[in-house]
Amino acid sequence: MSETMTGAEMVIRALQDQGVEHIFGYPGGAVLPIYDALFHQDKVRHVLVRHEQGAVHAAEGYARSSGKPGVVLVTSGPGATNAVTGLADAMMDSIPLVCITGQVPTHLIGSDAFQECDTVGITRHCTKHNYLVKSIEDLPRVLHEAFYVAMNGRPGPVVIDLPKDIQFKAGTYVRPANNQHKTYHPTVKGDAERIRAAIDLIANAKRPVFYTGGGVVNSGPHAAALLREFVHLTGFPITSTLMGLGAYPASDPQFLGMVGMHGTYESNLAMHECDVMINIGARFDDRITGRLDAFSPYSKRIHVDIDPSSINKNVKVDIPIVGDCAHVLEDMLRLWRQKAPQVDKIALKEWWDKIEGWRARKCLAYRNSTETIKPQYAIERLYELTKGRETYVTTEVGQHQMWAAQYFKFEEPNRWMTSGGHGTMGYGLPAAVGAQLAHPDALVIDIAGEASIQMMLQEMSTALQYDLPIKVFILNNEYMGMVRQWQELLHGGRYSHSYSESLPDFVKLAEAYGGVGIRCEKPADLDEAILKMINTNRPVIFDCIVDKTENCFPMIPSGKAHNEMLLNDYLGEAGTDIGSVIDEKGKMLV
Amino acid sequence: MSQMSTHYPGATRVEPVNRHTLAIIVDNEPGVLARIAGMFSGRGYNIESLTVTETEHEAHISRITIVTTGTDSIIEQIKSQLSRLVPVHRVVDLTMTGDAVERELCLVKVVGKGDHRVEAMRLASAFGARTMDATLTSFIYELTGTTEEVERFIKLMTAVGLVEVSRTGVAAMARGPGSM
Ligand SMILES: Cc1ncc(C[n+]2csc(CCOP(=O)(O)OP(=O)(O)O)c2C)c(N)n1
Ligand SMILES: [Mg+2]
Repeated sequence: MSETMTGAEMVIRALQDQGVEHIFGYPGGAVLPIYDALFHQDKVRHVLVRHEQGAVHAAEGYARSSGKPGVVLVTSGPGATNAVTGLADAMMDSIPLVCITGQVPTHLIGSDAFQECDTVGITRHCTKHNYLVKSIEDLPRVLHEAFYVAMNGRPGPVVIDLPKDIQFKAGTYVRPANNQHKTYHPTVKGDAERIRAAIDLIANAKRPVFYTGGGVVNSGPHAAALLREFVHLTGFPITSTLMGLGAYPASDPQFLGMVGMHGTYESNLAMHECDVMINIGARFDDRITGRLDAFSPYSKRIHVDIDPSSINKNVKVDIPIVGDCAHVLEDMLRLWRQKAPQVDKIALKEWWDKIEGWRARKCLAYRNSTETIKPQYAIERLYELTKGRETYVTTEVGQHQMWAAQYFKFEEPNRWMTSGGHGTMGYGLPAAVGAQLAHPDALVIDIAGEASIQMMLQEMSTALQYDLPIKVFILNNEYMGMVRQWQELLHGGRYSHSYSESLPDFVKLAEAYGGVGIRCEKPADLDEAILKMINTNRPVIFDCIVDKTENCFPMIPSGKAHNEMLLNDYLGEAGTDIGSVIDEKGKMLV
Repeated sequence: MSQMSTHYPGATRVEPVNRHTLAIIVDNEPGVLARIAGMFSGRGYNIESLTVTETEHEAHISRITIVTTGTDSIIEQIKSQLSRLVPVHRVVDLTMTGDAVERELCLVKVVGKGDHRVEAMRLASAFGARTMDATLTSFIYELTGTTEEVERFIKLMTAVGLVEVSRTGVAAMARGPGSM
């Protein structure tokens, strides 16, 4: 079936044919024909953001919370360059996006025309792929191909740069035929021989650990279900990266908590001392590995990843398996059931005993206060009071992000959205807008810092316009806390430009936008204030005044190994003597 | 604590560096060369030589030959990073597949009179170079050979009045009946 229409109409038609219901955008001269085409239909709903970076983060929140691709529409020049941070963010965290940018007419490209920029040049390194469409004949193919590339293999952002004259030109639209690509055919099914070898290694493990990441979430809810099944069958401990939280339920006793720089003591030591590491969809990022030459010195490693370039990039592995997590897990499970291997129960028991010893250290314990709200306590209460609801959490970047990851327990995948790889302050608010749009009846909370929130604050206006009752929960420590922490630990306490000077009154600010402002300063008032926030069916900014000098622990200082973790100096009620749980002396720098 | 001046893990140990010739089959679409060259510069890899031309006009397929250097793990990374670029069909490491035929062409201009001119002619014929242009004071020679032969030729010619060099970079192909 083919029809004649303009390029702008093709864009909208292709979005409809791809099943797109929402797009995030901001108009301008070079996309006016597309905005005109939008005007004539109501299948694709356009959400007007307040900044193009916000559009991209909103699309990320939408994509990550729904499993669908996020779609962005921005104008040329400043519209495109404003989107760059968001694209880089989506690239690092493998979020499927299609971003359509306007461009000056083809005959003006290269002439330094008004609002011209080399969008494909600028975005080449921060997109999975990009296109400059110079003829109307190419447009339908490129539109459909963009969705295919964004969604298949390791997901990522794709830019389509569309000159204005092509938007006006009439051509023949073709519907997406087969989801195939000339050259791009990522491997989804893992190599059977390697999977067999992996199962043998897993079956004979004495000190195994599952190390799982965002790849499981990206692979879809089925992958998470298979992971749970496999982990339960083996009885092995499991840890997760920041990006993988929720793929495995945090409340399950086999879950050791997050791994990495601010991961739990038990997770990091399990990674350090394991003899078999089963990496499913994680990429050995430097925030995970710490010092590379001391990383997990006793382990044989299995690595399942859809992106071959992630394998053996930072850490050498013994059994690499290129494939989609769900496919590989399915094969692993089938083989495991067939073989019904006898695991070494005695060794496993010893391993779990050791882990329980580490766990007993209660690395997340903190000294609570009746005077000031401890940020950890605030997150704990937020979690307890929202438990059982359909809750989606986004974050900004900083200490609050790490506390959210540590103290909020995620039971399901796609409920946790954070900027992991790029670490973009300003991500959380627009991402919450996107998540709320995808889940109108859910509770969507952006756990924020007072500094980060000011980077994309304008998106409050978007939330109001579209009746999106997002909750911005600011852990207000009056500092760029994470920067302050590093300055305290590494730069002699010289707090150079990390104090949040001249803060706005966040309550008044919320009201100025037409939302609801809540402030809480005393631990005793916290529950009531949080409940008030939850029960407000409008956008809320919650200014939670917390301890200004609290640090985020545990912490593996950069360039250090997993067993050189810094712990909170508070041992907790049931605190164990450190010496009894650590075998190598002197490794602990408490 | 004070020695922790970096936010990142330190460099890992040093491994030996080898030279590899890669043949890459790509869709000849706009920007494909920028994508490949940009991947090398963006990730800090070396390009010693790069040649590219459309080899199948109907199908818009180009063949890119890149000579690069790196440790074994870097070469592996380069190959995976190339393979994951969307317009890339195939990447073959000709150095790994056995000793490939590797040729490059160079044009050399020598200027001089008397003994130098005579010596230049002798050298050219010894190397089997072809004379592409001649004046009373100059020659342009064309030599096709391995990179090493070309290098040797250029070095000798420098002593007898070489003023200009133009090289194509390596074109390479695996030996035997197999094809890419
Ligand atoms: C766009 C951007 N700029 C700078 C940074 C570096 N940075 C990381 S955390 C942080 C401080 C964040 O402060 P705040 O939002 O108050 O969070 P807190 O750490 O206090 O919880 C900064 C400046 C960043 N991650 N992103
Ligand atoms: Mg702060």
